[in-house]
Amino acid sequence: MRAIGIILAGGNSNKMGKLTTRRAIAAMPIAGGYRSIDFALSNMSNSHIQKVAVFTQYNAKSLNEHLNSSKWWDFGRKQGGLFVFTPTITADNGFWFRGTADAMAQNISFLKNSHEPYVVIASGDGVYKLDYNKVLEYHINKKADITIVTKRVPATEDATRFGCVQVDSENRITDFEEKPIVSTGNLVSAGIYIIRRRQLIEFLEKAEEEERYDFVQDIIVRHKNIKRIYSYEFEDYWSNIATVDSYFKTNMDFLNKDIRNYFFKQYPDVYSRIEDLPPAKYNLGSKVSNSLISSGCIVNGEVSNSILFKKAYIGNNTVIKNSIILNDVFIGDNVYIENCIVESRDTIRPNSTYVGEPDHIRIVVEHNERFVL
Amino acid sequence: MIKKEMIAMLLAGGQGSRLGVLTANVAKPAVAFGGKYRIIDFPLSNCINSGVDTVGVLTQYQPLRLNTHIGIGIPWDLDRNIGGVSILPPYEKSTSSEWYTGTANAIYQNLEFMEYYNPEYVLILGGDHIYKMDYEVMLEFHKANKADITLATIPVPMEEASRFGVVITDENKKILEFEEKPEKPRSNLASMGIYIFSWKVLREALITLKDQKGCDFGKHIIPYCHERGDRIFAYEYNGYWKDVGTLGSYWESNMELIDLVPVFNLYEEFWKIYTKSDIIPPQYISEDAVIDKAIIGEGTEIYGKVYNSVIGSGVTIEEGVEIRDSIVMNGVTIGKNCIIEKAIIADNVVIGDDVIMGEGEEVPNKLRPDIYAFGLVTIGENSTVPSGVKIGKNTAISGKTTLEDYKENCLESGENIIKAGER
Repeated sequence: MRAIGIILAGGNSNKMGKLTTRRAIAAMPIAGGYRSIDFALSNMSNSHIQKVAVFTQYNAKSLNEHLNSSKWWDFGRKQGGLFVFTPTITADNGFWFRGTADAMAQNISFLKNSHEPYVVIASGDGVYKLDYNKVLEYHINKKADITIVTKRVPATEDATRFGCVQVDSENRITDFEEKPIVSTGNLVSAGIYIIRRRQLIEFLEKAEEEERYDFVQDIIVRHKNIKRIYSYEFEDYWSNIATVDSYFKTNMDFLNKDIRNYFFKQYPDVYSRIEDLPPAKYNLGSKVSNSLISSGCIVNGEVSNSILFKKAYIGNNTVIKNSIILNDVFIGDNVYIENCIVESRDTIRPNSTYVGEPDHIRIVVEHNERFVL
Repeated sequence: MIKKEMIAMLLAGGQGSRLGVLTANVAKPAVAFGGKYRIIDFPLSNCINSGVDTVGVLTQYQPLRLNTHIGIGIPWDLDRNIGGVSILPPYEKSTSSEWYTGTANAIYQNLEFMEYYNPEYVLILGGDHIYKMDYEVMLEFHKANKADITLATIPVPMEEASRFGVVITDENKKILEFEEKPEKPRSNLASMGIYIFSWKVLREALITLKDQKGCDFGKHIIPYCHERGDRIFAYEYNGYWKDVGTLGSYWESNMELIDLVPVFNLYEEFWKIYTKSDIIPPQYISEDAVIDKAIIGEGTEIYGKVYNSVIGSGVTIEEGVEIRDSIVMNGVTIGKNCIIEKAIIADNVVIGDDVIMGEGEEVPNKLRPDIYAFGLVTIGENSTVPSGVKIGKNTAISGKTTLEDYKENCLESGENIIKAGER
């Protein structure tokens, strides 16, 4: 194998509001049956990358639970495997990960002890399907030092939350500005990088010496004029979920048949942890339309234009509209929910109402006691 | 030295011929059940939930599906360093080579497998019942009674007892007599085909009766042990237990799963049933779909109307379809505007547009009235049904059928189309 993988999953975003108080972004549930990191992990596995490191830091409980076994993504191998790196205190270091570069630098032995010539670095908050070998081919052909996967975002989307990229006619990156105040274009970094392993080690060691800790700001941006940094423009579906709006929209995108077919039916598959839940059950009087329903759900009420994640219980006469109900939520009878994201493991009391606005999705966090029949 | 207190031997080699075309190409334990499961998931899950981590699965009839389903046992946590699941097909020997000729003969041919684990007790299971049972509790009962053999039994209504093998016990549950399908039953404790043997007793009996033709537990081993005065006890089980041996009982027990609170509840956290799931995505219910009383598996897409049915994983039900009281197994595609009533549609069947199924008078099946009854339409796996045909009741279809196979686009009630060997 020619590359090892690194997934940066330590981040938190204040743009996710209450949703990430309980978990890292990489562990955010997606499309009923998945978590965000499944996409990067499955892409790695499907690109035949056998050795993958996941760097976690911020509230990794859900994430660690999800990564309890590497077998779901086929990483349970003698060669390679899945490595989860959390910050640890060692004889010569007592810091947390002070940035993405620092996270890798603190675990430089992982890079040094590998023999694969290239490293694929991806973030845990992207929803996409990509064969990294294609990017690697491109990287080699361009004789690039770093290749960044980029995506043209629609004019309607705010590009200032991404790294904005300018390229010349050869796709060589001429300018790279991270989260600019005013967006300089609509070509943004997808947070996926390919780099030679030795080159990365060199960068990291130098950055550590200079006490610089961020991979984008302190390595990519600083070298944009010195090193050959290329843009690989990705044409297919790609979405970053790190704001409430984009998280909501990304999930709702799966109600679109083409997107569903692309992710669910076209080879290769996206893998996830198997939870052995029974089939979804629709009782007399249930009414469901244009919705995704996951295993373990029991539906008695009415659900439309919504996504029910695993093990949701919907009571009698309850109406769910244009909402996302995360894992293991119990919703009592006669409840009305519209334009909401209901947090995992919530219990919604009977006869309650939660309404958000279509352009301002309400996040519902309720910890009532649950009386299970 | 390896030592396992109890190992299980799961008899999964039978055809289950009373399921007709459903088992034409797969062994009965590999037949789908309840939307995403296969019948063998129930005994396998019971094993691991009971702490039995060494299971030999004896296969013989059409084992491909069974082999791929079980693999190395990962879904049931039966991938172990020592023990785990082993698939045991019949094999060639230096002196003689024979198929498994009976249940006990199959176990006899795998004496070495059992010896390797050096067990105290051996649990003998079948692969054709739907139930949740803690074998460890049964083992406690076996030990407490210092039994040589313990049979799991279940009380059945007295009027139905004549369909079963019943046991007559004393007040301590020690078995005094066996009666096979008695006309006038004196007891309603029916044997469930689940046995715990003390290993030495089993070994001795199997070796003694090794030349018995078609050596069977119920017919030979148990009577032999009873005659020589072994301590045989009846363990009474009182939970849900369903034999899915006929199309009628198979259909019925699937339908019981969609009751408001099913007697056999798959939604309890305790005693999970595990299965191999290849399909992870959620199911999609379209704008115009109607679903009234159903259970539906992962990755299924529904654009039509579903009433009172069990739908598997990876199924597509197109617009305008109306489906009632039916079982649709994994990977089936049903074309537009079909009307389907009381059908069992096996894995990966493709049905064209405008097909009407389960219409007409109830006429006994011409080929096998004993199998294809209950007014059901039964379609074997990987079959194709062309667009625009009408199919009556008590019918069976297997193979890639085309319009030429249907007289005037119609398969009358009681008729069959069995195209064996075609793919």
